[in-house]
Amino acid sequence: MSEQNNNQDRRLLEVRDLRVSFFTPAGEVKAVGGISYDLNYDEVMGIVGESGSGKSVEAYSIIGLLQSPGKVIGGSITFEGQDVLAFSKEEMTSFRGSRVAMIFQNPMTCLNPVYTIGNQLVEALKAHDKSISMEGAKKRAMEMLELVGINNVAQRMRQYPHELSGGMRQRVMIAMGLICHPKLLIADEPTTALDVTIQAQILELMKELQKKTHMGIIFITHNLGVVAEICDKVCVMYAGRMVEQGPVNDIFYRPGHPYTVGLLRSMPRVDAESYERLIPIEGTPVDMLNPPEGCPFAPRCEHAMKICLKKMPPYVELGEGHRSACWLRVEEQKNGRPFGPGSAPERQGEDGGSNG
Amino acid sequence: MAKYIIKRVIMAILTILVVACVTFVLMRSVPGSPWNSEKAMTEQQIATLNERYGYDKPLPIQLLTYLKNALQGDLGVSLKMQKDRPVTEIITTMFPLSAKIGVVALVWAVLVGVPLGCLAAYNRGKWVDSLLRVVCTLGISMPGFVIANFLLIGLTGQDSLFGLKAIFDASQGAKAYFMPCVALGLYPMCYVARLTRSSMLDSINQEYIKTARAKGLKTGKIIFKHALRNALIPVITYLGPLVAFTLCGGFVVESVFSIPGLGRYFVQSISNRDYPIIMGTTIFLASFVVVMNLVVDILYRVVDPRIDLTKGGV
Repeated sequence: MSEQNNNQDRRLLEVRDLRVSFFTPAGEVKAVGGISYDLNYDEVMGIVGESGSGKSVEAYSIIGLLQSPGKVIGGSITFEGQDVLAFSKEEMTSFRGSRVAMIFQNPMTCLNPVYTIGNQLVEALKAHDKSISMEGAKKRAMEMLELVGINNVAQRMRQYPHELSGGMRQRVMIAMGLICHPKLLIADEPTTALDVTIQAQILELMKELQKKTHMGIIFITHNLGVVAEICDKVCVMYAGRMVEQGPVNDIFYRPGHPYTVGLLRSMPRVDAESYERLIPIEGTPVDMLNPPEGCPFAPRCEHAMKICLKKMPPYVELGEGHRSACWLRVEEQKNGRPFGPGSAPERQGEDGGSNG
Repeated sequence: MAKYIIKRVIMAILTILVVACVTFVLMRSVPGSPWNSEKAMTEQQIATLNERYGYDKPLPIQLLTYLKNALQGDLGVSLKMQKDRPVTEIITTMFPLSAKIGVVALVWAVLVGVPLGCLAAYNRGKWVDSLLRVVCTLGISMPGFVIANFLLIGLTGQDSLFGLKAIFDASQGAKAYFMPCVALGLYPMCYVARLTRSSMLDSINQEYIKTARAKGLKTGKIIFKHALRNALIPVITYLGPLVAFTLCGGFVVESVFSIPGLGRYFVQSISNRDYPIIMGTTIFLASFVVVMNLVVDILYRVVDPRIDLTKGGV
């Protein structure tokens, strides 16, 4: 009982059956079709999926940045016990930036080119702390810049974004996001636009800052390498649905959904043999205007069965906090024996085959 | 920067010189002369006048003499309209009235046009946007004299509400300036609103606006601080030369309201072939435009720190 209480105390964010639709002239696009997850303080959750899978839309609805014609049409978002979807416009404005912050993909375009770094940092602070003095705000901004590993802070404060490098700007974005001590940081592909060495530095920085601040992080990416680097748990999204969710090790070593398996297979590996080719996932993503009946991945799935094309599979528990929506796993549980791919580490099996 | 300023000043002087030469040649190649009037003059009288004002010499010599004098600040004297009054004096007495009306017209045009453009962009596709677009298109497509006459008919007369007079009367104070300023500012206002709208649409879709929203800034601050400043470049570009032209007087508005301003006088001087006045006002206007363009370039830099003037600006 006490452990459960403890768990409740550590709960930062609860998303239940969230549904987001875009009402376009061509029809309703169900960008997010009912996803649920929990996030605790101190936890980093990765949301993985290809372009258009709804991962960014899902995050934008938490922070209330959905643009028309996007609309949350169902489900709930509970942040530290408060219903985020019930916030008034003013409450949402003060919620953004102070309790939840967001950093974006392209640091080149995310800072306003016509204001100094200092101006934009101070502004973020003053938006939520009206009483702070200009000097106090500047001092705090400089502390934040130092915290994210920027040197010469007094000079940086007076510089414009175009005078900084990409990695430096992403550091500034992080400093700006964290200046009001948010409890949750949503990072929307924060390293995608950076080169690999800078990527590693930014990830290192985020991990370090998270240890200091105990915030929760939602990390949206399509890079599984990044996920392995930083995340505690992972949500795999496909066509607006969460097809698999679980602790990072389970996802990598015991993937329970053919789509996750496909993602892992299409990822380059350092230990691969030189002749080994990447295996892409065949087919194209679903047309979100006319989603297929049943499992959205079925048309591309090499293990698709009749039922996959007719009915959406239910979630099956595969381990502690690890669930997947795939009929293969349902069959497996029914029959009590492994069925199809995913139950055994897929890669190794293949390697064995080619060697023998 | 010093090199840049020197370069700009030399360019400015050259521009004005070219304008002066072209105007001089064109003006003199138009048939007619300042001495034409209802009262016919004898050959003898015309020859005397030509000799007195130096028009008996060859054209290039006249041009050189004029330029030499102009460089020393002497723009000659009026031949006909205000006989023998120095042109510089005429400009300095007439310009303030035109400028006063022009400044008020432009100030209201910008103060109303820019926020309306922002409003339309923010409510893109909604009824506010559609309404503003109709109004602005009307304002741009209606000629100035139509608007001025509408105002005259609607607001003046014996039993008019505000006691506005159809003929400009400076002793009426602010009342006298009301209609000319409205008429003169309407077109720039609509144009500025449209320009602001289109460049705001571009800037509110930029990523830094998303950042500003994510920071929890209020809508007003996002629009007017973050989006507007990035949208100002086209507006400034348009306003620069317009300031010069408007301050030197709108011919139509000054004619309709009978305002003794520089704009009307300039056009009258052309039909009267009062050569020194044509030259003087043209050089004055050209210099003003050149100066305004320099101001615009400097403002670009103020608005957007990424612009490097020494590399050619925008």
